[in-house]
Amino acid sequence: MCGIVGLFFKNPSLHADLGIHFRTMLIGMSERGPDSAGIAVYHRPAAEGRSKLTLFSPAADCPWREIAAELAAALEVAVEFDVRANHAVLTVDGDESRARAWLAGHRPELRVMGYGRLMEVYKDKGLPAQVIAKFDIAAMEGSHAVGHTRMATESAVTTEHSHPFAAAPDMCLVHNGSLSNHNRLRQWLRRQGMSFETDNDTEVAARYFAYRLGQGATVIQALEAALVDLDGFYTFTMGTRDGFAVLRDGIACKPAVLAETDDWVAMASEFRSLAQLPGVERATIWEPRPSVVYTWTLQ
Amino acid sequence: MITLDLAQTSLREVNARLHALGPDTNERGWRIVNPRGANAVAVGLRVPIEVEIDGHVGYYCAGMNRDATVTVNGHSGTGVAENIMSGVVRVRGNASQSAAASGRGGLVVIEGDASSRCGISMKGVDIVVGGSVGHMSAFMAQRGHLVVCGDAGPDLGDSIYEAVLYVQGRVAGLGGDCIEKPMTAEHVMTLRGLLAQAGIAADPAGFRRYGSARKLYHFHADHAHAY
Repeated sequence: MCGIVGLFFKNPSLHADLGIHFRTMLIGMSERGPDSAGIAVYHRPAAEGRSKLTLFSPAADCPWREIAAELAAALEVAVEFDVRANHAVLTVDGDESRARAWLAGHRPELRVMGYGRLMEVYKDKGLPAQVIAKFDIAAMEGSHAVGHTRMATESAVTTEHSHPFAAAPDMCLVHNGSLSNHNRLRQWLRRQGMSFETDNDTEVAARYFAYRLGQGATVIQALEAALVDLDGFYTFTMGTRDGFAVLRDGIACKPAVLAETDDWVAMASEFRSLAQLPGVERATIWEPRPSVVYTWTLQ
Repeated sequence: MITLDLAQTSLREVNARLHALGPDTNERGWRIVNPRGANAVAVGLRVPIEVEIDGHVGYYCAGMNRDATVTVNGHSGTGVAENIMSGVVRVRGNASQSAAASGRGGLVVIEGDASSRCGISMKGVDIVVGGSVGHMSAFMAQRGHLVVCGDAGPDLGDSIYEAVLYVQGRVAGLGGDCIEKPMTAEHVMTLRGLLAQAGIAADPAGFRRYGSARKLYHFHADHAHAY
């Protein structure tokens, strides 16, 4: 069992309140996932031609300033950093690939949680309320966010095994369920040149989607391909640069509820995470159908 | 009517208050407000009281109900009225998966749509759905009636025993050992009664009946002659 939530504002005047609403949604899923929690938030776009990387340091006193300076010197680019608890967002010139390569070589103890122009990823062990407080999620503004509360069933409870899993720029995945063919799929993706950071099944799905998107598939095409290639139980919510998508497997054992008003679209494993959203009493509320891809994007 | 507010009172207290009522209680009318998707609202009721819930509920609302009449003025999550013994549970909106699962008696009315596995393993409950039902509904249904005024999803009545299914709309597909059977005058009469009890206006003449081919009752040795 896990809990997943997504919130997407159609009305930009609500952006300032993203964190306040998201906190309530995530805490609503505490009983479904007390082991760890995480959020991918889309906000504060990096300037044109720049990228953000969210990094996690397992060490308590990470010398972020020193790392940013070393990275700037090595790549000969400007690097800014912004620390939140044991995570930091580094903003660099150009795309993030050179910075990732440098970090892998020179700071292997750091983990890249996500990257892109908009997306930042914060996740850690503990109850959702603790993770929310740690990263001050309630204060975050933004256009949309996806989140997860984990009750681990198939791999270890660590920060790295927490969701969301990010595998492409501004793309991340949260998952309720379990995949049964992830070992075989991981082997296959390795042969296609993908590399993995954990033994988690959801990471395989995230990298599978990254692979499909990298091959030129649209979000809808990538998700529809998963109906054939992924075996197991899943309700997925994928965060993308300009929106989010939801897919349930054909058996649809794992729950999902969608709600939409003129101002927002939200998804959650259970309605209780949506019950406090503004105007929910006037929302259209429905259960997503099995094997059907749902997407929302900014106009 | 006595109002219990789930924004003020814990779910445990609300359910305990209802469980404390005896069969001859005079406190027969109850209203529960602000359920906000809470799980297990009004489960395990055992006396003939009427409970109205204003708002959407979570999992297992009115589960194991006996004698009580529970009405949800909203949508319900997974497993509404699961294992209902008797009484009436009515959902004015839609119900998520496994509505009335393994119900042994009583009446469950979903005025909107019910999702997948509606009436799974039903053992005597009558279920009337005003809208459509999802895939694998009435899976292993043993006894009782499932009435669907809209459409039924794939694999309706898979491995069904002696429950009777009536569907007015389109059936996406029948599950293993489920077949269409003729509507006789007796079935029309039963169906008319169920629709009347549920308070749903539909013409029984427009429904088709489905039930068990009874081929799965016994071990079926396809190749016995080869051994």
